[in-house]
Amino acid sequence: MTAYFCPATLDEALAIRAAREVEIIAGGTDVYPNRTTRAAWGQMTCRDLLDLTAIPGLGGIEERDDHWRIGCLVTWTELLKARLPPLFNGLKTAAREIGGVQIQNRGTLVGNLCTASPAGDGIPNLVALQAAVEIAGPPGRRLVPVEAFIDGYRHTVCRPDEIVVALRLPKRGALDRGAFRKLGARRYLVISIVMAAGVIETDATGRIGDVRLCIGACSAVAQRLAPLEERLLGKPLDASLADLVQPGDFATLAPLDDMRASAAYRLAAAEALTRDLLADLAAGERRRAA
Amino acid sequence: MDGDASPGFAAMAVSLTVNGAARTVVVHPFTTLADALRDELGLTGTKIGCNAGDCGACTVLLGGAQVCACLVPIAQAQGCEIHTVEGSGPNGITDRLRRAFLHHGAAQCGACTPGMLMAAASLLAREPHPSREAVCDAVGGVLCRCTGYTKIVEAVMAVFASSCDAAGGEGRVGARLARIDGWAKVTGAERFGADEAPAEALWLRILRSPHARAAFVLGDLEAFRRTKPGLEAIVTAADVPGENSFGIFPNLKDQPVFAEGQVRFRGEAVLGLVGTRAAIEAIDDAELPIAWTPLPPVSGVEAALGDGAPAIHAACPDNVLTRGRLSCGDVATGHAAAAATTEGTFRTSFVEHAYIEPEAGYARLVGPDRIEIFACTQAPYMDRDEVARVLGLPPRHVRIRPSACGGGFGGKLDVSVQPLLAVAAWKTRRPVRMVYSRIESMASTTKRHPAVIRAKASADSEGRLLAFESAADFNTGAYASWGPTVANRVPVHASGPYRVQNVLNRTRAVYTNDTPAGAFRGFGVPQAAIAHEGLMDDLAEALGLDRWTIRRRNALTKGDRTPSGQFLSHSAGLPTCLDALKEDWEAMLARVAAHNARNPRRRRGAGIACMWYGCGNTSMSNPSTMRIALDRAGQLTFYNGAVEIGQGSTTVLVQIAAEVLGLPPEAFTLVVGDTDLTFDAGKTSASRQTFVSGKAAALAARDLRRKILALANVGEAATLHLDGALLRIAEGEVRRTLDLSALPADRDGVALEGVGTYDPPTTALDENGQGVPYATYGFAAQIAEVEVDTVLGTTKVLRIVAAHDVGRAVNPTLVEGQIEGGIAQGLGLALMEEFIPGRTENLHDYLIPTVGDMPEIEIKLVEDPEPEGPFGAKGVGEPALIATAPAILSAIRHATGVTIRHVPVLPHRLWEALRERRASADELRPSPSRGGDGGGGES
Repeated sequence: MTAYFCPATLDEALAIRAAREVEIIAGGTDVYPNRTTRAAWGQMTCRDLLDLTAIPGLGGIEERDDHWRIGCLVTWTELLKARLPPLFNGLKTAAREIGGVQIQNRGTLVGNLCTASPAGDGIPNLVALQAAVEIAGPPGRRLVPVEAFIDGYRHTVCRPDEIVVALRLPKRGALDRGAFRKLGARRYLVISIVMAAGVIETDATGRIGDVRLCIGACSAVAQRLAPLEERLLGKPLDASLADLVQPGDFATLAPLDDMRASAAYRLAAAEALTRDLLADLAAGERRRAA
Repeated sequence: MDGDASPGFAAMAVSLTVNGAARTVVVHPFTTLADALRDELGLTGTKIGCNAGDCGACTVLLGGAQVCACLVPIAQAQGCEIHTVEGSGPNGITDRLRRAFLHHGAAQCGACTPGMLMAAASLLAREPHPSREAVCDAVGGVLCRCTGYTKIVEAVMAVFASSCDAAGGEGRVGARLARIDGWAKVTGAERFGADEAPAEALWLRILRSPHARAAFVLGDLEAFRRTKPGLEAIVTAADVPGENSFGIFPNLKDQPVFAEGQVRFRGEAVLGLVGTRAAIEAIDDAELPIAWTPLPPVSGVEAALGDGAPAIHAACPDNVLTRGRLSCGDVATGHAAAAATTEGTFRTSFVEHAYIEPEAGYARLVGPDRIEIFACTQAPYMDRDEVARVLGLPPRHVRIRPSACGGGFGGKLDVSVQPLLAVAAWKTRRPVRMVYSRIESMASTTKRHPAVIRAKASADSEGRLLAFESAADFNTGAYASWGPTVANRVPVHASGPYRVQNVLNRTRAVYTNDTPAGAFRGFGVPQAAIAHEGLMDDLAEALGLDRWTIRRRNALTKGDRTPSGQFLSHSAGLPTCLDALKEDWEAMLARVAAHNARNPRRRRGAGIACMWYGCGNTSMSNPSTMRIALDRAGQLTFYNGAVEIGQGSTTVLVQIAAEVLGLPPEAFTLVVGDTDLTFDAGKTSASRQTFVSGKAAALAARDLRRKILALANVGEAATLHLDGALLRIAEGEVRRTLDLSALPADRDGVALEGVGTYDPPTTALDENGQGVPYATYGFAAQIAEVEVDTVLGTTKVLRIVAAHDVGRAVNPTLVEGQIEGGIAQGLGLALMEEFIPGRTENLHDYLIPTVGDMPEIEIKLVEDPEPEGPFGAKGVGEPALIATAPAILSAIRHATGVTIRHVPVLPHRLWEALRERRASADELRPSPSRGGDGGGGES
């Protein structure tokens, strides 16, 4: 029978992590579906579970000196309701478009990150926001940049004796903003075919001082578009940004052919979404991709 | 592993407030809230549709927020306030919603209804006057397969906007009577297959083949069983007391209840584990002694028809299960005289029914040699005979008590759990229950047949059809199921609802190692309509004709002969349907043109399609018998064997019976679909219940009325009033009172009864498919407006106007509900639904439309009465769906100029077709082409 632990402190939780192999559960939006899929084909046993939700202090969005801290129990809905600067508009769009409201009310941003699915809607946004992952473990806490956190297909550097407790999102200028475009084959409850997330920081002259663009669902791990980012630096924030996108900017992506889309389509869609995303960023608004 | 008492393993006591009452459950902390509500607290109103957060049927409010109860560990509900469908909701909102849902016809089968109500309640609690977009966002996480969402959104928006009475006025024919069985659906009281079972019932879990084709050998199962406490039995083919086979046709019982040494598709039942729920859910399939030898599967019709393809069934060496044929005139002559000829190959995919209720039920022995099965079904009498055969019992020893059916669409016409439960209960002599998981349901039950249709059509310069020919191969999967029905129905319909003298339609149903294909709303006609409507658009284009005009010119009407030689003497309202759309069509074309002048990327298009559909079985007797009894206490009981699957037959039949009898609908007590209590009404399929059973209900009511009038010695114009055991009769000045309690009665106390049987008149089809296959046909035309993002290849359907000739709308709200739901399924068929065995066998990889994918829908009901039908009515269930997909394809073509002949039109397929078109356009230019790689797009 599956063991289920509900510790009341993080130390207890870490002790359980250190002592045995447990799967972490918060909102349950990945744990239960995985169990259901396995059981359908006769794999009835499941890993023991460690429920973090009774531990005080793991929730909440907190504004600190140079960053925002998002606790590991923060749900998509909480994120959506939080008063956050335009930098987080992309992340909020992801929160609005993931699953249905039921999933948004239960699923957590950190859970989305830790599942590390190539199609995880939060991940490209966290990359664009240069999030740092705050991990608690036996020796104490460590911070890992989100781009280093996911180190392979559905795999992270979080060790079996560690727990991700929060995300730290660096503050930027008041005018800096983010955007997100999700492409799916239906309106609600849809796994992304391709995603594009971006953050643009403007300099004193209103030109692009820094920019990070990230494509999801087109490779095992969400990928930055470094050459394009470079090209955008110093450019004015207007409708012409989209014209700077070149097909070669997507050469490092390695999309799959699967039942949702062909690889060639994903590449083309990544390019199209990137143009749309830049238009959104320039216009300071967002629209649905599909 | 540690014992149950160790930390982390023990059951925990969880206290929560459910619908205002303090409750405590003692369960394992990982138990889902959904299971705790249903199993521990008996609150079965919360439905489990997928156990994965994909369907939202189990939505409840947790601390005021909507959640999927299947994703919440009970440990996390400690101290929480829960609202379920059984309660009145925050500030009574659920109660208000219930009335709105009933009034608007927002509940059909009722399986998604609890989830919809709770999702809507969470919105209305904070926002009493929500926008349409807010309503869609709020219910976007709940899938509905019946309604097309239109009436659900209307109902939610109306809760605080207007007063809603549950009753829709009087219940005469033509009235918008709120569905008679609706209250149970909006309160959670309805009992679906998983909602009822004896407390002592054992559980059954089926071990299914993970291989599409394999041989296997079972080891010592009894030795294995003894190692597993709580595992009472392992049932296999060896435990089947009668015939280990089932199937729709008497000569095609080719599917084993349990496989015998070989499996033919992924998901085939190999054996069953019977025991306590904990015991059977703790055993991994891999633990069982089964030696598998996987073999290369034959997937798709091309492979099955290829040289050297292995025979799926030894009795069918060429893998062709059935051939169908219709021939009239001479197509060569027709083509030769043509001003335009076109041909094409059309492909469709496996489509899953995706009813929100997975199959479930229980079986129990009643006495030593009688068995009773409670399960969801569309065909109780067929289930009875099938189970009897499997158990080796006379049919009268089997009773089928249909549960409420949470959607069917053809998928619950075949047996699923019934023979499995029967064998397990028979072997253990104890009640046995089971609930299919969503994945099990999708992997093991029938699908819509994938089709490859090669078709060719010719017309004269005016667009009048001169010849039509088609050859269609349907992938019937591993077992016959309804394959022959598809092969026989399609040739009749394949040239479309048009006048054409020279027709040659041929079909084959082909065995493969894919999931069995069976009945799905339209029996192959939706696939055929994609082909004939595609060719009509081709001809219109070739001849420079408007697409509406070419259809209007060819539309079948009264006085025409169909390709099967049937003379249409009545009720052929396609021209009227088209005329009803004319103004909308022209407005749509103008709107689209104006939009496209300004929007190079997001192109709009208008599309049109027509369809026809024969109601009832193809050239086969399909009678229905109805009985209405009036007992000595004055109870009027309607014994109605027509299973309600959400479409509304229970309500429609009562409306018909009430009108004929002259007593109001509320006077009737209902007994529906119980093989011990009702006559055989035939299956709920083929759009036949309103037409066939409705006629039988009218005849039964007339029979009873005649007896009453004769007894009272009054004439036809008399009015009836039932007042307890006194039946008061008035005719002009004459007043009579029948004291029912004084009348002689049978042993059930029935003093008067009326029985009616109706079997639609048809004739056999000859070797050329000539004859009268159906007594009547439904006709429809739909127009669709879409917007295509030509860069991303995505399609949004903006608006559909549907004109349907239904003969007579007995209940317009229910008819609209059928059409809206059919449009949703047609949209899914066109744009997103593709079942791939092993790959899209859940509801997040297999996509059906959500509320946000639905267009604005306008319905125009055309009533060209069918003299055979009750009050002129004919069927609408399948006609609702058939025109939608071709209308959407027509609109995509209009928007983009590319012709897609492969559904679903997933974004990547449309994008590839657009890219190919651009590449070929570039080749025509002097400048160097950008070149494509010639990918797989169809054009």
